[in-house]
Amino acid sequence: MNAGSAKTPKLGVQDATKIYHTASGDLLALDRCSLDVHANEIVSIVGPSGCGKTTLLWSMSGLHRLTSGTIRLDGKEITGPHSDIGIVFQEANLLPWRNLDANIHFPFEIKGEKPDRAWIAHLVNRVGLDGFGGKFPRELSGGMQQRAAIVRALALKPSVLLMDEPFGALDSFTREEMNRLVEEIWLDTKTTIVFITHSIEEAIFLSDRVVVLSSRPGRVAKEYRVPFPRPRSLEIMATKEVFDLTNTIKMDIVGERVRPKARERGTAEIVRIRP
Amino acid sequence: MSGGDAIPEFSKAKSGDAHEVSLTNLSAFASGPGIRSGAEVAAIIAVAVVIIGGIELALRLFNVPHYIMPGPSAIAYALYDEFPLIAPHLGYTLVELVSGFSIGAIIGLVMAAVITQFPFAEKIVAPYILILVTTPMLALVPLLILRFGFGYTPRIIAVALAAGPMVMINAATGFRRVDSAKIALARSYGASTLQIFWKIRAPMALPMILVGLMIGAIFGLLTAVGAEMVGGGFGLGNRLTTYSSMIQMPQFFAVVLILSTLGILIYVLFFLIGKKWASWEA
Repeated sequence: MNAGSAKTPKLGVQDATKIYHTASGDLLALDRCSLDVHANEIVSIVGPSGCGKTTLLWSMSGLHRLTSGTIRLDGKEITGPHSDIGIVFQEANLLPWRNLDANIHFPFEIKGEKPDRAWIAHLVNRVGLDGFGGKFPRELSGGMQQRAAIVRALALKPSVLLMDEPFGALDSFTREEMNRLVEEIWLDTKTTIVFITHSIEEAIFLSDRVVVLSSRPGRVAKEYRVPFPRPRSLEIMATKEVFDLTNTIKMDIVGERVRPKARERGTAEIVRIRP
Repeated sequence: MSGGDAIPEFSKAKSGDAHEVSLTNLSAFASGPGIRSGAEVAAIIAVAVVIIGGIELALRLFNVPHYIMPGPSAIAYALYDEFPLIAPHLGYTLVELVSGFSIGAIIGLVMAAVITQFPFAEKIVAPYILILVTTPMLALVPLLILRFGFGYTPRIIAVALAAGPMVMINAATGFRRVDSAKIALARSYGASTLQIFWKIRAPMALPMILVGLMIGAIFGLLTAVGAEMVGGGFGLGNRLTTYSSMIQMPQFFAVVLILSTLGILIYVLFFLIGKKWASWEA
């Protein structure tokens, strides 16, 4: 199977179920969640907090194993971390004892590969971090740290980029700036992106599709196409269509939040509510 | 493996939260906040001059005899005059300190690294470590002398026993500072356990390791001097007992001065290492 074939999704999630075994009992985080992400697509996942968004993303990354169900990359099941998948974590997650250059070289170091200097220079320039290579993370603003984290995630040229609420800790202006940056990078590379966020505006601005997860246990509750052309200008984002879509999704999430907390199912017993 | 993962809640467990103790914090009580200005340095020197001069003046004014409390000038002269005789003893003490500390620190570091990899083993070993940390190793010196004689050996063992556990508990605290997001980052690139140790755990533990090394070295100095006072004919501790038994108080205080200088040098050494290699935490 090849990546470009119309049938095979870039990232195929089939009946993903995840149970965490905690000290206070089992916790069903994902319940037969299915979702296809196609090549070159940006898909955002939104949902009430604690609905399993991050669990789903971590399972896609291969960092967490599903209890049952499969996740396929180009038709091949993911059983562990995969170098074709880049991750941007919450709050940059740079290594504070390394300067930016060393942080960006970290993936190559682990892989035992020579850093692709031309590509890195291109990325660094793209995100506007020229001349900051010798700086340490603590010397940089949150936005700049997250820019560096994006460069690091793209350093190995992954075909899929997973972003786990990457801009949640940033102020709203920096956040908009970062969203524009992600759009630019996407227009540049057409990397498939799965984006987790709490912000519906952010999801609509960035995505081809917005997926709403149900409250825990997480499964796909609703899915919306976002048909607006790119690059998405402020004018487009101010239209009534965008406003209506935002409200519809907001209502969905509120609806999910007030819905009875857990759908008891089979063996899984829900005893703990994650804060 | 499936289901054994921790629930991802990284936003709540910021890496900064675990860092309540650091070399720079520890330095706070000694050096105060920040860099001093020229005026502040001048003030510190002025205070020293006033104190030293005041003591000198008071001792002379009240005719306090040398064998009760020698004045600063007498101590300074003794230090200058006796130094050629004291210097070899300083050398012996340094040999004991450096070799005992190195042995203890290496064993302590290795044990901390191994034990923190196995939380179960750590639980079993923890109470015994506590005994090692809280027992004054000086108490064992008579026994060690009985077994190993009056040479270097019992003293080096005592220094290692005093320094090792200090290094170990602090290093273990450092190694236990797991930041799951950073480990996940390394794992996402397929890092091995060894790579995670060297590239994530060890650098994260470094500030605490340095604190442990500093405390261990100072404990080692205390133990070396104490062991020298218990028995054997050489070392700075031996000089202390000798001078005091001969009521040569200026010389006695000269040795005390050398010992406190040694302690300060140990502190400054690790402080500078920390500033160079672990300043990212400040």
